[in-house]
Amino acid sequence: MESVATLPQAATGKSFDLSQVPVRSLNDWLHNGLAESDIEHVDVLNPDGAHSIAVGINAPVKVDIRGHAGYYCAGMNKFADLTVHGNVGWGVAENMMSGSVRVKGFASESAGASGHGGLLVIEGDASLRCGISMKGIEIVVGGRVGDFSAFMAQAGTLVVCGDAGDALGDSLYEAVIYVRGKIKSLGADARVEPMSEQDYDKLGVLLKRAGFNHDPKEFKRVASARTLYHWNADANQEY
Amino acid sequence: MCGIVGFLIKNPAMRDRLGELMTPMLVEMGARGPESAGLAVFRGELPEGARKYSLHAPVWDYDWAGFEAEFIKRFGTEAQMAVKGNHAVLTCDESADHVKRWVKQRFPQLHVLSAGRAMDIFKDIGHPAEVAKRYDFTGLAGTHVVGHTRMATESAVTPDRAHPFTAGEDFCLVHNGTISNPYMIRRKLEHQGIVFETDNDTEAATRFLEWRMREGDDLEGALQKGFEELDGFYTFLIGTRDKLALVRDAFACKPAVAAETDDYVAIASEFRSLARLPDVKNAKLFEPMPEELYVWKV
Repeated sequence: MESVATLPQAATGKSFDLSQVPVRSLNDWLHNGLAESDIEHVDVLNPDGAHSIAVGINAPVKVDIRGHAGYYCAGMNKFADLTVHGNVGWGVAENMMSGSVRVKGFASESAGASGHGGLLVIEGDASLRCGISMKGIEIVVGGRVGDFSAFMAQAGTLVVCGDAGDALGDSLYEAVIYVRGKIKSLGADARVEPMSEQDYDKLGVLLKRAGFNHDPKEFKRVASARTLYHWNADANQEY
Repeated sequence: MCGIVGFLIKNPAMRDRLGELMTPMLVEMGARGPESAGLAVFRGELPEGARKYSLHAPVWDYDWAGFEAEFIKRFGTEAQMAVKGNHAVLTCDESADHVKRWVKQRFPQLHVLSAGRAMDIFKDIGHPAEVAKRYDFTGLAGTHVVGHTRMATESAVTPDRAHPFTAGEDFCLVHNGTISNPYMIRRKLEHQGIVFETDNDTEAATRFLEWRMREGDDLEGALQKGFEELDGFYTFLIGTRDKLALVRDAFACKPAVAAETDDYVAIASEFRSLARLPDVKNAKLFEPMPEELYVWKV
């Protein structure tokens, strides 16, 4: 973790020490004070695993959370660029609309759940159900993802630089998953497909934006076989 | 919800501070379980042959002196009583079978919370901060502790349904989650002569695992059978005489995070419970994987 004392305190910066003020005062200012201010950068100190840090931002601002965050960090983010200098609890960047969230450590379950847009980068591992029900968000995980990741993912891209757990992409819609490591098992209706030139281009750009140097040629593509799109009365509940 | 907390001190010099370090962890998890709290503390072993029993009385100013007198009259042996309001730890040379049977007949209003050579149990209803204060948790010393804050889903809010649950000797379990087939487990175990004390789902899991270990499984083997037979969601934290064990079911819907340093290992439902531990910034932090057994030895 960087030393806070050495950071420049510009006039356009503001900091909230969560050992002194409640999360609510931070979020209240982000929602109601930020727009009228000249502040471009917010430091959040001593997050100590508190829930709902910096949720619902609706303006372009840079936020650095200096430590480990709890559940729902940066949820519903729009326009802002957040960095967590630590780990996050469940549901980081859930329902993100735009902007970016970078987690320097690992993320617990349901990272990026139901996200509509923006970029979520997890430099470490992501736990179970990463990208569940994603709706357009782009997620890049530097390490592995846990079981049931991208469950019912509707749109967007999940990039896994490490291994994937069980039931990857179960009941996928139109989201696409790229995996560099091993896949423990694929979920119902998910299948490995050949990489096209478009895939390589798209993945190359995404990896670069996320700050990873992997060769897109090392990845495989997982997408929906679309056999669950229509009700099959003969399936006898066997998927 | 519910919160779980585990703390095992590796550095013997820190063992006097067990309660001081662990109590804030438990209180922080009060947000996940505000209605009951409890813990099992392991304070080192009594000699072979000696036993201690944690007892719970229905009233705070219970006549423990009268209980002690009756005990000595019945068994004719020495007994030591450490009293804390409605809780008392009885130390003696009598076997669990004898003591439990006698307490049940002679003092049916008392509840024997635990039996063994190393473990004491304190649990009651109330906010974890109040329960911790009531029994002076900050003053506890020992090697390891297993704690719980409860938000009831499966049975009533009463002291005997608070966690930890115990079975056999020096074996306890706390649980975040719900077991879906506790009555099936219970019917199966009752056929083996195992007696249940509450209708709580966690009690079924505790007695199932302890039964497997008495049948010859080691902890890993018992938990493997647990994966097959216990249906539901769980993060379990298990305490034995010299071990702290952590396991999550295959779906891992119930959280846990662990922090390990050279001095200690600390486990909680959420990081915020661990955030103020000494040197936690340099601890190895990780989230336990589903269906993997994590065991730390004293």
